[in-house]
Amino acid sequence: MRGSMEAPAKAVALAQAAQGSRLGRLLDSEKWLGWLMIGPAILYIVLLVGFPFFLALYYSVSDITIGSRSLNFVGLKNFESIIGSANFKTSLKNTFIFALVSQVVVLVLAKVLALALYKDFRGKWVVRFLILLPWVAPISLGTIGWLWILDSIYSVINWTLQAMGLISPDNWPMWLGIPHLAMGSVITVHVWRLLPLATVILLAGLSSIPQDIHDAAAVDGAGFWRHLFQITVPLLLPIMTVAVLFGAVFTFTDMIVIYVLTRGGPYDTTQVLASLAFFTGIQGGDLAEGAAIALFLFPLLLAAAVVFLRIARRAEVT
Amino acid sequence: MTLVQRAKRLGASGAHIATVLVFTLFTAFPFYWMLITTFKQTSDLMKRENNPFIFNAPPTLDHLRVLFDDTLYGKWLWNTAWVGVIVVVITLLLAVPAGYALARLTGRWGEQLGIGIFLTYLVPPTLLFIPLSRVIANLGLQDSLWSLVLVYPSFTIPFCTWLLMGFFKAIPPDLEEAAMIDGCSRLGAFVKIVIPISVAGILTVVIFTFTLVTQEFVYALTFITTASQYTVSVGVPTFLVHGDVYFWGSLMAGCFIASVPIAILYNFFVDRFIAGFTVGAVK
Repeated sequence: MRGSMEAPAKAVALAQAAQGSRLGRLLDSEKWLGWLMIGPAILYIVLLVGFPFFLALYYSVSDITIGSRSLNFVGLKNFESIIGSANFKTSLKNTFIFALVSQVVVLVLAKVLALALYKDFRGKWVVRFLILLPWVAPISLGTIGWLWILDSIYSVINWTLQAMGLISPDNWPMWLGIPHLAMGSVITVHVWRLLPLATVILLAGLSSIPQDIHDAAAVDGAGFWRHLFQITVPLLLPIMTVAVLFGAVFTFTDMIVIYVLTRGGPYDTTQVLASLAFFTGIQGGDLAEGAAIALFLFPLLLAAAVVFLRIARRAEVT
Repeated sequence: MTLVQRAKRLGASGAHIATVLVFTLFTAFPFYWMLITTFKQTSDLMKRENNPFIFNAPPTLDHLRVLFDDTLYGKWLWNTAWVGVIVVVITLLLAVPAGYALARLTGRWGEQLGIGIFLTYLVPPTLLFIPLSRVIANLGLQDSLWSLVLVYPSFTIPFCTWLLMGFFKAIPPDLEEAAMIDGCSRLGAFVKIVIPISVAGILTVVIFTFTLVTQEFVYALTFITTASQYTVSVGVPTFLVHGDVYFWGSLMAGCFIASVPIAILYNFFVDRFIAGFTVGAVK
């Protein structure tokens, strides 16, 4: 910032004392140093994010496979064949169900949990640690824990339900084997994983609301619900947007939970775009079509980026 | 205080405790379940009539022994740590100067650039793994941990640069200016003044990077197919599961050991981490 303010001043005051130009030189070299310090990081990102991204665009209009040595341009053929295929349509629908339902559930639960954790109580540190576990532990390993909990024969949930007399021994639900139950299970595990992050983000937002505002509302006689919907929620809105933003990106593009729990089954009923891209591109060997499927994730990311930029810009203004 | 008021207050705090308990149960139960399964005999696990919440047979260390003696689990832990350390070093080497430059040297342009760099953190592996698999193959790095060393900084650098930029901005510029008046160069002031007082921030980046490496799944699954080269997050779900045969005891032990220690460490740094996430929204 200082450099840009100094530069016109330097141009105007050419005839000024030697001191001025020495300062200008110093600032110029600082600018140079700045670019030198940031250059390697930018180069790395361009080479390993930018370049593969354009490669993905290129692959999606080619006929490349894992074994092939050369590739030919085939136009939009891959996209045509994807859009025509039944399992792509299923995956697209599943992706939206999976993402929307888990986002709504996460947001509601995180709001409740953040309000509960906002109060001080004994043992808060331990509680916070236990609540953060699903976020910090490697996702694939936490999900294996669920694989065991939801096991078709030895599920602890079924055992408990039976002990409570709710289901009979020969009628245990197959949590991962029946289409609707499988989708429900996958969403539950994903909610489990995203809840901690959303909660701590909202908690940070709650702590940033000045106490005066709460006090003023209490003096004016606002009840719990009125307080919640007219004060807390509106003030939390920007930070809730951040929570949703990250949640949405992590949900739309995730395949780990689904890969570990169901591999997209039964009958593709939990297949999402990310997992379909993996099974088509890597396991099926059709890199071109896999890349084309993955590209359908991009519009969402673009939307997320726009939202983030608007938040960042607004924060800068205030 | 009237009796009604007291009852109301008691009810409210009861509801509060119940809410916290239910949520904690939901988030922590799978880990408790891993722990208890680790020490149960297989015959105990594999009987539907047994109460799964208690030990119906004496506890055993067999599953841990199998995990470390008969599987590559130890090797996977080692691989993960190895990749983690190298990626941490690369990330620090690139992100610390970059964060400082964005905070102090590049001015208005740098702010836009900082946001741009942060946005690349939102580009998911599932969009890039297909072209990268080909790049890795052309470089001859398939089945090598070096492929992960090469690719992982692509998601650790953006977020860490952003975090560090925030830390450096919070340091008063007077400190460096004083040093520069005393004859230090800008670079010298950065190395001698700024880095030593940013240790906490740098440590956060170290923990954060290491956690991301242990969590990463998609790239490791794509680039590596040799059992001995896996990281723990991919090795356990792919190689401890043989077809439909699940060694639940060892599997749960493997999950628990790789999850909980790093979670404890991470817990000390989580506030800084959240601050990085919410920069811009909370003001």
